[in-house]
Amino acid sequence: MNINFSPIIEYLPYLLGGILVTLQVALAAALFGSLIGLFMSLASRKGGWVKTLVKSFVDFFRGTPLLFQLAMFHFGLPQLTGWVPTPYISAMIVFSLNSGAYMSEVLRAGIESIDKGQIEAAHALGVSNKDISFSIIIPQALKNVLPAIMNEFITLVKETSVVSLISLQDIMRRYSIVSAATYRFFEPLLIIGIIYLVLNILLSNLGKILERKLSYD
Amino acid sequence: MIKLENISKKFGDVTVLSNVNIEFLPEKTYAIIGSSGAGKSTLLRCINLLEKPTEGKVLVDGVDLIKEKTQLTKIRERIGMVFQSFNLFAHMRAIDNVAFALIKVKKMSKADAHAEAELQLNNVGLGHRLNNYPHQLSGGEKQRVAIARALAMHPQAMLFDEPTSALDPEMTQEVLKVIQKLNHVGMTNIIVTHEIKFAQEVADFIVYMNNAEILEVTETKTFFENPKTQRAKEFLSNMI
Repeated sequence: MNINFSPIIEYLPYLLGGILVTLQVALAAALFGSLIGLFMSLASRKGGWVKTLVKSFVDFFRGTPLLFQLAMFHFGLPQLTGWVPTPYISAMIVFSLNSGAYMSEVLRAGIESIDKGQIEAAHALGVSNKDISFSIIIPQALKNVLPAIMNEFITLVKETSVVSLISLQDIMRRYSIVSAATYRFFEPLLIIGIIYLVLNILLSNLGKILERKLSYD
Repeated sequence: MIKLENISKKFGDVTVLSNVNIEFLPEKTYAIIGSSGAGKSTLLRCINLLEKPTEGKVLVDGVDLIKEKTQLTKIRERIGMVFQSFNLFAHMRAIDNVAFALIKVKKMSKADAHAEAELQLNNVGLGHRLNNYPHQLSGGEKQRVAIARALAMHPQAMLFDEPTSALDPEMTQEVLKVIQKLNHVGMTNIIVTHEIKFAQEVADFIVYMNNAEILEVTETKTFFENPKTQRAKEFLSNMI
């Protein structure tokens, strides 16, 4: 069997350094994506043109590949606007918008799962719409869809691997650089596979802890 | 204090309320009775505008609720409501269910709101259930929490939308006893109910509805001895 880690060892810190880049993009997207998703799901409750706008946004980001969105934003649009964003900026913006589209759908499902009676009861007590959203709807919706949210975050961590397209040095990109330098493929692949796996197992355990915290049994 | 003028409500082609007029006098108890589908619940829900009438005016202390939208939450604060399906906030303990609107709407401090909530829950016999979540309570207990939640706001009027329809006979009795205690303590009570005997016991007036209309508003004693309309006579004879 042809396995030899010794040429790889010196590149190990470099490979591990990719974790930071991957996490930065994933965390930014999780944070801004959640905010965008929350805002859109609440705004589209009112219906009308806002709802149509949100729907078009969701349709676009779910209906086209992430790779295409990234390429369009980073290579396509600068041709029209003249503004050339750094790979970091492009990655964070595209992932945030993409994740926002998915999150808004997840949260919409969560909001719809809350029975209308509670909202009516709050209205009957004279509670404002803002307090109904933040104290009645959101806490329960979040609890109901937390597993789906964690799923979205895990997907996000994995999908960041496409940023190597715009030469951002994430884990995946660093693998190709290392293998090109050492002519070894299996070893660096094994290492980055384990890195992704560990990251996502940690994330999924975090989700379990959150679920327990939010439950009211 | 509460006056409905020429209220009509249509859901698509279906007329649920047809030109209804009624005035509810302060501190009196009204029981709205009639067959299913007569429009009783819709009428009740028009009072605090959970249902917006297609036509007509809802006047509370002279304020036209449909026109003066900014007044709506202020007025709702003064009108308590109890629902058939309880509608407790599922993620809050009993005490927080009661304290929530006190904090958010009445802007009370957390400590004051909790003290008031505890008092109200004690009054409905649930002093031992303060820290339970709705799903840990029986149907009757849930409904009593819901009543405490509405009463904590010290409303001028209480609306009951079939408060016992989702309960078994025993729990029905425990809830009816609580409602009975609210009679003639300074509030207008408006109760949609199928419990005819209960209506007879507590109500000052019977509002008899049939087919999207109010057929009569009659003093309770008179209604049961000698209803004005033929339809009400038939309704009563079917009851007994």
